[in-house]
Amino acid sequence: MNMTQTLEAGTAWPDQLYARLRAANVTHANYVPDAGHTQLIKLLHADEAVTATVLTTEEEGIAIAAGAWLGGKRSAILMQSSGVGNCINMLSLPVIARIPLLMLVTMRGEWGEFNPWQVPMGQATEAALRAVGVRVFRADSAEELLAIVPAALVEAFDADQQIAILIGQRVMGEKKW
Amino acid sequence: MVAPLDRRAVVAELLRERGDLLVVTGLGSASYDVHAAGDDARNYYLWGAMGSAALVGLGLAQAQPNRRVLVITGDGEQLMGLGGLATIAIARPANLAIVVIDNGHFGETGMQTSHTGLGLRLDDVASACGFPRVDRAETMEDVAAIRDLLHAPQAGPHLAVVTVKAENLPRSLPPRDAVHIKNRFRATLGLATA
Repeated sequence: MNMTQTLEAGTAWPDQLYARLRAANVTHANYVPDAGHTQLIKLLHADEAVTATVLTTEEEGIAIAAGAWLGGKRSAILMQSSGVGNCINMLSLPVIARIPLLMLVTMRGEWGEFNPWQVPMGQATEAALRAVGVRVFRADSAEELLAIVPAALVEAFDADQQIAILIGQRVMGEKKW
Repeated sequence: MVAPLDRRAVVAELLRERGDLLVVTGLGSASYDVHAAGDDARNYYLWGAMGSAALVGLGLAQAQPNRRVLVITGDGEQLMGLGGLATIAIARPANLAIVVIDNGHFGETGMQTSHTGLGLRLDDVASACGFPRVDRAETMEDVAAIRDLLHAPQAGPHLAVVTVKAENLPRSLPPRDAVHIKNRFRATLGLATA
């Protein structure tokens, strides 16, 4: 796959995001569903080579991904920005053990948000992640997201970095959901 | 009434002739107990991330389906990850066992009574979540039977609660460098450490 490609004509960004994760040999995925991740979750579950685990709360995914890395496997953790707040103490584990971490966070509480309850955590997401030692990339377009993902995969799994990619609400806005 | 068990003797029995068992320990006394039974590169000791032990075990079990994974943790640690029991039951790894060393107290913080000390049964919680097998041990014979189950094929995840005496034993401290124990653990599986 050509990593410099951006939007392949006629293919939705979640399909391309999935293709990039699989090209980097991500075989495990843990998630609390978000509407913005619907298609990616569907693709991961349909892939027999992927172990997809549904969580009761997002911090479980951080612990499961750490265990999978101890056993030699690469994980992605999917959640909505509200779930980042649930993860903070659990993030001590990948941060202090220098275990690769890749969080894919769909944002709420920012662009055209109708639910005020999403705003406090949405606005605090980036600062909270940085405060506990997770590096943050932010994408406000599908093109930007697809350019960030391959770089973030290398940094996470080859350089043992703890990384969250925030997928701006504007990106989901391009899709009806 | 059976005399309460000595947690160090329980953990030593669980780890007797451990074969190729991979072990994850919950923070606090469970980590000290496992270390006291003999340090081993196949142990991953947690010193924090309370509530994570069983879930780290799940990820490891999913990544290494041909190895048996044992999580040894305390009642307080498992109580913080109660939802994780639901996640593990649904994920259904047949190679994962969780043994809760249950003294009914938060031993690290002044021996305050925990939920299990006030009557909650973690084996019942696991059973309600869908664990196909749960056990409760109160004698060393029971513990020996659980130890044997660790090496026998299972249909799904197994959780056992072992009730022990509430006491703070002399600490047996595992390494606190999480990167070091990660690398030596991965090395035993032939994985890259740099």
